[in-house]
Amino acid sequence: MTQLLRIEGLRISFAHRTGSTDVVRGLDLEVNQGETVGLVGESGSGKSLSCRSIIRLMPPHATMSATRVEFEGRDVLGLSRTELRAHRSRNVGMIFQDPFSCFDPTKRVGEQVAETLRVNVGLDRDAARERALALLASVDIDRPEQRFRAYPHELSGGMRQRVMIAIAISAGPKLLIADEPTTALDVTTQAQILALIEQLRRESEMAVLLVSHDFGVIAQACDRVAVMYGGHVVEAGPVDEVCAQPRHPYTRALLESIPSVESAGRRVRRAGIPGQPPNPAELGPGCPFAERCAHVRASCREVDMSLIRVTEGHLTACPVVADSLGAVATGVRP
Amino acid sequence: MTGESMLQVRDLTKRFVLRRSVGEWVRRQPGETHAAVNAVSFDLARGEILGLAGGSGSGKTTLARMLIRLVEPDDGSIVLGGLDVRALRGHDLREVRRRMQMVFQDPYSSLNPRLSVGAAIHEAGRVHHQPGSEDAGPFVARLLDLVRLPAAAAARHPRELSGGQRQRVAVARALAVGPEVLIADEAVSALDVSIQTQLLNLFLDLRDELGLAMLFVAHQLSVIAEVCDRVAIMHLGEIVEIGPTAEVFHSPQAPYTRTLLAAHPRPMALADATDPEPT
Repeated sequence: MTQLLRIEGLRISFAHRTGSTDVVRGLDLEVNQGETVGLVGESGSGKSLSCRSIIRLMPPHATMSATRVEFEGRDVLGLSRTELRAHRSRNVGMIFQDPFSCFDPTKRVGEQVAETLRVNVGLDRDAARERALALLASVDIDRPEQRFRAYPHELSGGMRQRVMIAIAISAGPKLLIADEPTTALDVTTQAQILALIEQLRRESEMAVLLVSHDFGVIAQACDRVAVMYGGHVVEAGPVDEVCAQPRHPYTRALLESIPSVESAGRRVRRAGIPGQPPNPAELGPGCPFAERCAHVRASCREVDMSLIRVTEGHLTACPVVADSLGAVATGVRP
Repeated sequence: MTGESMLQVRDLTKRFVLRRSVGEWVRRQPGETHAAVNAVSFDLARGEILGLAGGSGSGKTTLARMLIRLVEPDDGSIVLGGLDVRALRGHDLREVRRRMQMVFQDPYSSLNPRLSVGAAIHEAGRVHHQPGSEDAGPFVARLLDLVRLPAAAAARHPRELSGGQRQRVAVARALAVGPEVLIADEAVSALDVSIQTQLLNLFLDLRDELGLAMLFVAHQLSVIAEVCDRVAIMHLGEIVEIGPTAEVFHSPQAPYTRTLLAAHPRPMALADATDPEPT
């Protein structure tokens, strides 16, 4: 598979009066052409910020640096303003959790799709209108001519997210970044939106980077997954493998605390994860999960969080797990 | 674990009047009505946790709010321990609201940002003349202990706490008035999975320790599956199915319940128990 995106050693920090706080602390991530990669983590783990680095869209007071951020082999960090504009508008499409705040409430949604086409693709008014209608139809909006004339508030949440997707894919991007696209939606609508994204991915061979806090959504939609905690990727691999055989104590604990419909009537309490997710300002060196980890060792405070390969394509940042697996493979237990 | 029925709800209905069109307004016609909750009936027993699930707009929250008359019902009856809740006014209504406490999704907007945690909890107990509330220190300490927060949390303000801790404070504040029924409206929906589990366990502990009855409103079926004894599935203002959680989820009868369950995403079951665990 051809590599589309490669991020290495990404650091993002927020400046404040007394210094700066690192919220992403050396992230590595790869996305190949046409695949769906999930980025899963709890709030504050740095997943949203990390995916915004791909289009260098940083909030005020945040600075990013990286060993490399490459899109189709081109260095994103070195792009000029004009090049960055072209990169944002043509290469990458992005959708967010709350599509309502992304729209201009005073303009008809169809006009907003057409506007994107005029500005980013350079179509004239009539061509843009025609293409916008086709796009609305392609995201399964029925009666697109009528919806074209609707204002954002007249659409349901699921419908708004469909229009948002239409705008995001309007320039035929090679990567769609979907940041919690279904979090505000009902489960039934959620399933439809995920199916739509999957259908569009197959048809246009674009890659999808799906950011979510919900492992269920990730498991359903993705080929590969990267699990984030405290600004690091702690585990990455094929989604089935990560779910079935988590190779980082955090992933394991997270999967075990996910409530499931199957447990109805079983009345077994889940252990959960003790303590709180880390505050980036208070994180020291070493593994950010060490404080809550049941298998913590003294050496965990010095771990550099680089990813160790356990099987082909399955990586963990936990040397303790990696060691124990290595020991099993050679038949010698430490 | 569950005892006698303490809350009986029968044919509870709430209609909202839709905005009238100009034509209707000119002709002085009444606006069309929409039944947000339509003839809903259920019972809640002491020590029972009843789940209320459904999509957005299904009427879950309206139903929950009607129980303590934050929303006035149009029809039907609510009986709490023999008292007709719909007929009450003034002091008696306040007493019913003490006995049925609500915990909301966003504790940040339901807690006074200017009050310390201790003051917020004590205030609730004092207003309702709860035994022990004359002495703020021990009163607050007991409640914080009940929700597994350290006694030192009393001096903190809501903004200094994490989402999970704030929700515990909201629960402590509800418990400060000695309720018999806890209505949790999407109380864990905004929380991260690892914190969600801690809160769910807390609700189970409180039921066991205090014999509370709970109406647990949530859109996540999996959360309901973990804590509820029975579940009611709402759709378009009606309860389309109600029964023991295991029965409803393992052999759903209503078509809508099946749709909901089918759409519910689930990570693969954790397999491979023989996996080498780091020691």
